[in-house]
Amino acid sequence: MDLRRTAAIVGVYEHPTRYAPDKSEQLIIAESIIGALNDAGLEKKDVDALFVAAMPPGITGYGMCDYLNIYPRWVDSTNVGGGSFEFHLSHALTAIAAGRINCAVIAYGSTARSGGVAVGTGGAARWGQARLSPVPDSFEDIYGTTTVGLYAMVAQRHMYEYGTKPEQLAEIAVAMRYHASMNPHAMYRDPITVEDVLSSRIISSPLHLLDCCVISDGGGAVVVASPSLARSTRKKPVWILGVGEGIAHQGGGWRDLLEMAAYQSAPQAFAMAGVTHQDIDMCMIYDSFTITVLLTLENLGFCKRGEGGDFVSGGRLRIDGDLPTNTDGGGLSSNHPGMRGIFLLIEATRQLRGDYAGTPRQTHARRNRAEPPYIALCHGTGGALGSRHSGGTVILARD
Amino acid sequence: MTTQQYKKLLPAISGETRPYWEACKRGELLIQKCQKCGKYQFYPRGFCSHCWANEPPQWVKASGKGKVYTFTVTYQNRSPGYAEEVPYVLALVELEEGVRMFTNILECKPEDVRIGMPVEVVFRKVTDQVTIPYFRPAKA
Ligand SMILES: [Zn+2]
Repeated sequence: MDLRRTAAIVGVYEHPTRYAPDKSEQLIIAESIIGALNDAGLEKKDVDALFVAAMPPGITGYGMCDYLNIYPRWVDSTNVGGGSFEFHLSHALTAIAAGRINCAVIAYGSTARSGGVAVGTGGAARWGQARLSPVPDSFEDIYGTTTVGLYAMVAQRHMYEYGTKPEQLAEIAVAMRYHASMNPHAMYRDPITVEDVLSSRIISSPLHLLDCCVISDGGGAVVVASPSLARSTRKKPVWILGVGEGIAHQGGGWRDLLEMAAYQSAPQAFAMAGVTHQDIDMCMIYDSFTITVLLTLENLGFCKRGEGGDFVSGGRLRIDGDLPTNTDGGGLSSNHPGMRGIFLLIEATRQLRGDYAGTPRQTHARRNRAEPPYIALCHGTGGALGSRHSGGTVILARD
Repeated sequence: MTTQQYKKLLPAISGETRPYWEACKRGELLIQKCQKCGKYQFYPRGFCSHCWANEPPQWVKASGKGKVYTFTVTYQNRSPGYAEEVPYVLALVELEEGVRMFTNILECKPEDVRIGMPVEVVFRKVTDQVTIPYFRPAKA
């Protein structure tokens, strides 16, 4: 069954807040959904499916239906960490193609910052509970694992195997900050240099403070519609060409730490979309840390294993580079409210629709430097590279 | 050392993992080997995750020797017990038998830890009920 262009993103909304002590997660989700429906020119009555994920302890799908006061025919609260929303898009595509639903909203909201959650360095006690499960927590968390540490261990191994340099990781942070400097909502907008990254304090070696994403509040929503509905919405549809899902874990104690879930999800998405890496005009890559971007690009197949350091150098990921990536400033500089996957879909859609046409934020499609991009790739990562994580690849295209 | 003094997280011990923690108290590091497919696995489970055999895997004593597969020197962890100990080394050690386990590298300056460095297991009794395996540079 050819699933290409059987569903489209027809509305998006990124909540502008980065600090919202007066709002609940649910309210941020509701405001985001309303914003995305306005963007699409659709209304509450059009929605027949809800996809939602949240940070621990977590709101439920049915609880969110209660709060929103809706009775959808499809509810999906798949939670595979920060990249849950790429999985949601994959599931929404399948449900729409099967004729089960017509209009889905995918939404996220978080008060990670105003709630004082030390997402990256809080260790096992970061959600306030410090009771471990017999497996696997009791074999890991007792040693003082942190989210940063679990990514840092992968960076260390990559440096050992391939001679990757801290300067190369720093280039990623510098490019994201350059993009954030053009985004009025971004949390950090002052340009930085490689030197700035290398002279920031080490959080967990070899990762510096500026190798790590920010902690913000925020949220967003995406409206996904069937082709018939998509033709009647306000904005140009952004079609789903391909999706893929993958999980990587310890494999009983044997896993190659440098092989990500993306290695499994990307071939599925490329095969479904019927496109090659050369066709991709821009990327939105989950950037919890600089190493996440470097390793994801390798595992997606944009360069060979071990060559990520060279690949990200020389400004390739900049908006004016060969492969514009994270054009909103990413999690490293714009926002990272606990989970960030929803923003990958939102920014890719805005770029493909040409929402930034005539502004410095317009990426330049490889095939036509004067027009908005044709094809974008999003890859969401959830969990931790050093222990277990998920990966969802999505390929989107405009008409 | 009593529980009151030990502020770090303690493992939760279940029927599935009790033999491992009991062995730690005797100074032995146990891993599991499948009776059907012959593969080792870590962390321990009540079944073989490699082949899903009907028979549970056997507990076998590991040599306790291995190499640092990767590590990070942690400078920030807000959890009680760990916050006071930074900088500390969080590592994945590859045992001689092939499986990898999380641990800390002790009895060594953090800046001296290297990937590939030979290490050996060392046990620390942290409460009356719990002894935890760590690693240190192997004695020549
Ligand atoms: Zn087996």
